[in-house]
Amino acid sequence: MKNVQHTISLLVCNRPGALIRISLVFTRRAFNIDSLVVSESKDPRYSRMNIVATGDSKTLSLMLNQLNKLIDVVHAKDYSNSDVIQKELALVKVNCNNGNRTEILQIASAFKCRNVDISDTTMTFQITGKSSKIDAVHKMFQAYEILEIVRTGKILMARGDEETA
Amino acid sequence: MSKNEKTAAEVMIDIIHQQGVDYIFGLPGGAAIPMFDALVSSPIELVLTRHEQGAAHMADGYARASGKPGVVLVTSGPGATNTITGLLTAHMDSIPIVVICGQQTTGNLGLDTFQEADILGITFPLVKHSYLVKNPEDLPRITKEAFYIASTGRPGPVIIDLPKDVSSSIIAAETDISFEIPGYKVDRPMDNENIAKAAAMISRSSAPILMVGHGAMISGAEKEVAEIVKKMNIPVVNTLLGKGVFPETHPLNLGMPGMHGTAYANKALISSDLIISVGARWDDRIAGKPDNFCPDALKIHIDIDPAEINKSIQVDCAIVGDAKKVLDTMYSLLKKGDTENWVKQISRWKRDYPLKYRKEGKLKAQHVIEEMSKMAGGDAIFTTDVGQHQMWAAQFCKTEKPNSWISSGGAGTMGYGFPAAIGAQLAKPDRTVIAVVGDGGFQMTLSELSTAFNLKLPIKILLINNNYLGMVRQWQSMFYDNRLSGVDLVGNPDFVRLASAYGCKGFRLKRSADVKKVLSAALEYNDGPCIIDAEVSQQDDVFPMVPAGATLDHMLLEPPKVKLDKPEGST
Ligand SMILES: Cc1ncc(C[n+]2csc(CCOP(=O)(O)OP(=O)(O)O)c2C)c(N)n1
Repeated sequence: MKNVQHTISLLVCNRPGALIRISLVFTRRAFNIDSLVVSESKDPRYSRMNIVATGDSKTLSLMLNQLNKLIDVVHAKDYSNSDVIQKELALVKVNCNNGNRTEILQIASAFKCRNVDISDTTMTFQITGKSSKIDAVHKMFQAYEILEIVRTGKILMARGDEETA
Repeated sequence: MSKNEKTAAEVMIDIIHQQGVDYIFGLPGGAAIPMFDALVSSPIELVLTRHEQGAAHMADGYARASGKPGVVLVTSGPGATNTITGLLTAHMDSIPIVVICGQQTTGNLGLDTFQEADILGITFPLVKHSYLVKNPEDLPRITKEAFYIASTGRPGPVIIDLPKDVSSSIIAAETDISFEIPGYKVDRPMDNENIAKAAAMISRSSAPILMVGHGAMISGAEKEVAEIVKKMNIPVVNTLLGKGVFPETHPLNLGMPGMHGTAYANKALISSDLIISVGARWDDRIAGKPDNFCPDALKIHIDIDPAEINKSIQVDCAIVGDAKKVLDTMYSLLKKGDTENWVKQISRWKRDYPLKYRKEGKLKAQHVIEEMSKMAGGDAIFTTDVGQHQMWAAQFCKTEKPNSWISSGGAGTMGYGFPAAIGAQLAKPDRTVIAVVGDGGFQMTLSELSTAFNLKLPIKILLINNNYLGMVRQWQSMFYDNRLSGVDLVGNPDFVRLASAYGCKGFRLKRSADVKKVLSAALEYNDGPCIIDAEVSQQDDVFPMVPAGATLDHMLLEPPKVKLDKPEGST
């Protein structure tokens, strides 16, 4: 079966244990969670959760049913093929020297990265945008030496007056 | 403490009583004392068990026989962990039990304090839902939620982890509390579109078969099933846990299909053009190799749990909903098709491939079980343990009514049968309760003989004693060149003397000729529990058998003459 990356949005009750119940649905089938974001929703009784996971679509649709079955999950929906707003933020620390600093800055500006920290041997950038853009920047910077990278994980929201599930 | 105040434990017990609970099964310990203290002045009767696993299975048996949730009360740490097998058993078979565990005080959580176990962490995969109560004011609401969640929708176990400082806090003696569970979806609109689609498929079919499962039992759909069978002239198979939804004595009933199902049930499934599952989840004991399961038949699946739809078998029409309501709506949409030839064919299979065994010679388990089923009559409740005797009981006990067959299906828990019988007998004091157990499994929980003795429960323990872990021996003999490993139960006790050590009655049964005589003596003995030690033939195997992971057409009707390959499936 073909493995694809899926983006799931959940609205969950803001209770201890909710996260572990959700992640167990993935672990039980040895599904790796690529990224996971949890934050309070507009109503503090609920949290929004965005999960990106890779696996075959049939299994994932069964898992979605199992997520929806959890008492703490108000709803869970797969947004992989939908036109929704999708963003991610990353910090990348690149090794640099006087010889390549300008080159690195050029790449950064081409991708609209913000330079958030600079030292004589490093530059750290903040990148926001689609996950694919961050992947692209990541790849470009690999030509130099990436010292550290951290990503927030993908977050998503429905467009217009549609409410995200 | 003013009059309007009580300990949180007392308020909890009051609420539990309001839920219609008359028994709590358990065993105390330091962290649970406030709860046991609250029981002293409650009308709820405490059943003190000898092991917490026993308590969980008793609550489970009570729930299956009564349809009401069973309640377990144990202490923290080892008391709580001893219930885990019971939780798995209840979870796999959708049984409403509420397990209340004492816990260390809230300030001591996570510090490896005495008898602290992270019971929530341990049990997440085994429960429908669980709670750790940190605030005493939350306890009344949580208690109500727990019962509601356990017993509605697709039922299941709920665990409440209750720190000792919380249970001993003083709170308002208010039990009239409302709750809201936004993530809990039980009431769905009726799926009229798919009901109509299914009705059309059934009306068109010339070789349909109804497969009734535990879901049909839980929803109480026996009347609706019977009406549809009557109107449409459709044969019925029932899963292991569906026994009793439709009388197994009815000519259109084919008993249980699958690994150790009847040959005619399996033949009927393979040859059908439409299989209608009513609350049966196409479990691997029936489906074998899901991708090749009855490829020529269309499939309809009625289930209250959307997560079961297309889980193992891809179906042609799915209806998410309560079986009883769905069938009730469907009834008037059905138009009787022509199933005459199909039903005739099935009668021929029933005649040509009956379940059989030899009554002559060494005492046969099948003989004892079949005779017990006949003598005890349709009103008896049978519980079973797990192994060969369970499959023979599934084949030879003809279950006529719902909630009269109690067996661990999904988990296959050895040690379940006898404690489950205690729960069932408490739920149904006027009915004969028979526990069919193996000599292996019975020894896992036989300490509950004390519990049954104290309560003077007239349970008949029908011990199918083959001196082996018989089911595993069968596998080793069929698929592993008879290299027996770890199956010989040398050193078994004398079970008749064991019975008397516990103050119970013991009957020895050795000869085929004595079956009727001994069983009728046991059925007449009602002063307390009794053990019928049936020393049966040691080397018998259960047939028919479909090797695990194979399709139903690979069914063996008798011991194979050639060496078999190891089965593809797990167990
Ligand atoms: C707790 C547990 N341990 C192990 C097993 C595996 N197992 C399944 S059937 C069986 C043999 C049961 O032997 P016995 O109780 O004597 O019944 P018999 O098969 O002989 O009728 C075993 C060991 C199990 N189902 N449950």
